[in-house]
Amino acid sequence: MADVFDRVKAIIVDRLDVDESKVTMEASFKDDLEADSLDVVELVMELEDEFDMEIADEEAEKINTVGDAVNYINSL
Amino acid sequence: MLQGKNALVTGASRGIGREIALELARQGANVAVNFSGNEAKAQEVVEEIKAIGRNAIKVQADVANETCVKEMVKEVIGEFGTLDILVNNAGVTRDNLLMRMKEEEFDQVINTNLKGVFICTKAVTRQMMKQKSGQIINVSSIVGVSGNPGQANYVAAKAGVIGLTKTTAKELASRNIRVNAVAPGFISTDMTDALTEEQQAGMLDMIPLGKLGKPEEVAKVVRFLASEDASYITGQTIHIDGGMVM
Repeated sequence: MADVFDRVKAIIVDRLDVDESKVTMEASFKDDLEADSLDVVELVMELEDEFDMEIADEEAEKINTVGDAVNYINSL
Repeated sequence: MLQGKNALVTGASRGIGREIALELARQGANVAVNFSGNEAKAQEVVEEIKAIGRNAIKVQADVANETCVKEMVKEVIGEFGTLDILVNNAGVTRDNLLMRMKEEEFDQVINTNLKGVFICTKAVTRQMMKQKSGQIINVSSIVGVSGNPGQANYVAAKAGVIGLTKTTAKELASRNIRVNAVAPGFISTDMTDALTEEQQAGMLDMIPLGKLGKPEEVAKVVRFLASEDASYITGQTIHIDGGMVM
């Protein structure tokens, strides 16, 4: 669990250039991490590569917070 | 000019698409030659590109079929490693007067000429976003700007391509992906050769430069848009029509 969170966090910090402390499970990509829609699309692409999976568009649209992403990956 | 770049040209087995594939290769690009039906013609283009000294493969796909297009893009990236240039050229015509046009004639042309551009663009965007660079050139038509009797489906699709070009350009600009269109006018092809002298004369009357265009005159503009020389141009539609529509 922590492992997934840490891996997701590392990608977010790198991609969105935000401080590590801001990346919490509750953080919203758009509201708290200042990501625009395209950033979120890119982030999802990177997560797909990192975890070697494909996230369907319908699922990807539901990912609004860091927790959404972590929980989705853990649910697989 | 395009040394080391990798391109995918749809509908590249003949006509303007073939000329674009060859021109990109002459300027240094490796080219994936997409075709839908004519494998022998596509193979000829591949051979010609190899003779120029570039890598080339032929890839079959109906551009209106997302599953096929995804497979095609995967194959091209697998072969070339990157994908720097996409030219959406594949197109069909099913001309008829509006009053006579069947729904399926309308749908066929919209599917290939407009939806196909959307599908191919979407399929390469992931790769281009990762690369943080890419050039997409869509082949529209001057009739998409001016309208043309007997081509309601074709004109609607080609006008749609211009709108799609602008939107895609705006969405992807922040990722250093440029998207432009060309709008050819009357270009000398098998199709125009088949017209009567009278019909040809009628066409020439509408063209200030007084002659038909050649496929290579379109290909050279596409090559320019694909190159770094056009680095500050995005979202534009360049008319290549001898001044017919200004």
